[in-house]
Amino acid sequence: MVWLVVSLVVGQELLVPSPATVFVTLIHLAGTPGFWQAAASSLVRVVLGFAGGVVIGVAASVLTTRYPVVDALLSPLLRVVRAAPVASFIILALVWIPTGRLPAFISFLMVVPVVWENMAQGVARQDRDLLEVAQVFGFGRWQTLRRVRIPLLLPFFAAACTTGMGLAWKSGIAAEVISRPPIAIGSRLQDAKVYLDTPEVFAWTITVVLLSLVLEGLLRWTAGRATAWLAAGPAAGEGPEVSDAAA
Amino acid sequence: MPRLDRVGFGYGRGRPVLADFTLDLPETGTVCLLGPSGCGKTTVLRLLAGLVIPQAGRIVGLDGRRPAVVFQEDRLLPWETAWQNAVSRPDPAQRERAREWLCRLGLGDNLHRRPGELSGGMKRRVAMARALASEADLLLLDEPFTGLDESAWRHAADLVVAAAEGTGLLTVLVTHVPEHAAALGAAVVRLDGPPLRRLD
Repeated sequence: MVWLVVSLVVGQELLVPSPATVFVTLIHLAGTPGFWQAAASSLVRVVLGFAGGVVIGVAASVLTTRYPVVDALLSPLLRVVRAAPVASFIILALVWIPTGRLPAFISFLMVVPVVWENMAQGVARQDRDLLEVAQVFGFGRWQTLRRVRIPLLLPFFAAACTTGMGLAWKSGIAAEVISRPPIAIGSRLQDAKVYLDTPEVFAWTITVVLLSLVLEGLLRWTAGRATAWLAAGPAAGEGPEVSDAAA
Repeated sequence: MPRLDRVGFGYGRGRPVLADFTLDLPETGTVCLLGPSGCGKTTVLRLLAGLVIPQAGRIVGLDGRRPAVVFQEDRLLPWETAWQNAVSRPDPAQRERAREWLCRLGLGDNLHRRPGELSGGMKRRVAMARALASEADLLLLDEPFTGLDESAWRHAADLVVAAAEGTGLLTVLVTHVPEHAAALGAAVVRLDGPPLRRLD
């Protein structure tokens, strides 16, 4: 609604195209194979960068919370990565990394500190009372992990993933805009900007937002399922399934 | 014989909770550590459970004993049902034992409820069932009957007595309520502190 009013007030499609124009442009774009190729390749890049970032972020959190030496070495570095402007990394990385791989690397780089920080916080705030229960009753390493540690960490992990996913998209597309791989949303966005095709800029932006929202929704759903799975009570009365699976 | 031998322990740099504290325990039977809140009796339980280690002195005679604790705060896993909480080892016999203890403690209709759906007294009983079902030979009870009405705690006390009968179980009860000690037929050790000291 605000968008419609602004576009009517401005009255120039070049500056603020109307929602209808953008919608038509989006439909037109969606009818071309190039749209789906660009969307798919950007999606793959962002998801790869995100997944790598989650794996390394979790590993870093385990190492920094367990080993003070690693913490002393790694934490300042991760804080610098978190604070530095993404554009600086993109420009620096352009020198070392092929343009096709750069966006995934930038997404990866932005996700690692977010996941690391959230997970490290989760580990630091683990309920020691419940860990003592595991110790006293001799749960063993696997049962302690499955029954106590993972359920305690899951909310932190879910928060890290949803924040990380948004960041992965923003930074990945920014990297595509600057590095211009042949098939990518970011490259198409940059082309549209160069040709002053504002409706197409809007249409690509909406595409990115939609893709990001879908993936975020998927993550939230997965986190919900994982929580339900961990808390899977034997509602039908067949027995304590959590312990069954831990056997 | 289990023994705390001139044990010293403190949290941080504050006043020590235990200083040169000695206590002899029997091989089996029930001992009650009776004393006011904050005197350090829970710390003795934590030392016996192996959750903290003495900073001075030593604990002898407990090697190989498997502990089970009913913590003052229940400490149930919020994402697990009452039955799952009462299972400490994933073998079928243990699961069945956990179910039996929950039923004996009056929770047969609540096996599949999570702690958030249980009353304070029910959670207490789940914590007791977990300890009793674990086949421990050192049962450590920290104010286990708090939050239970009289008939419930007397029933629970009878079950603890029955569980201990004819076994090699050593039960250590920490409480500030003399009736709880009497209900378990425990040998009472009166304490005061900190630092913890025997009154008799």
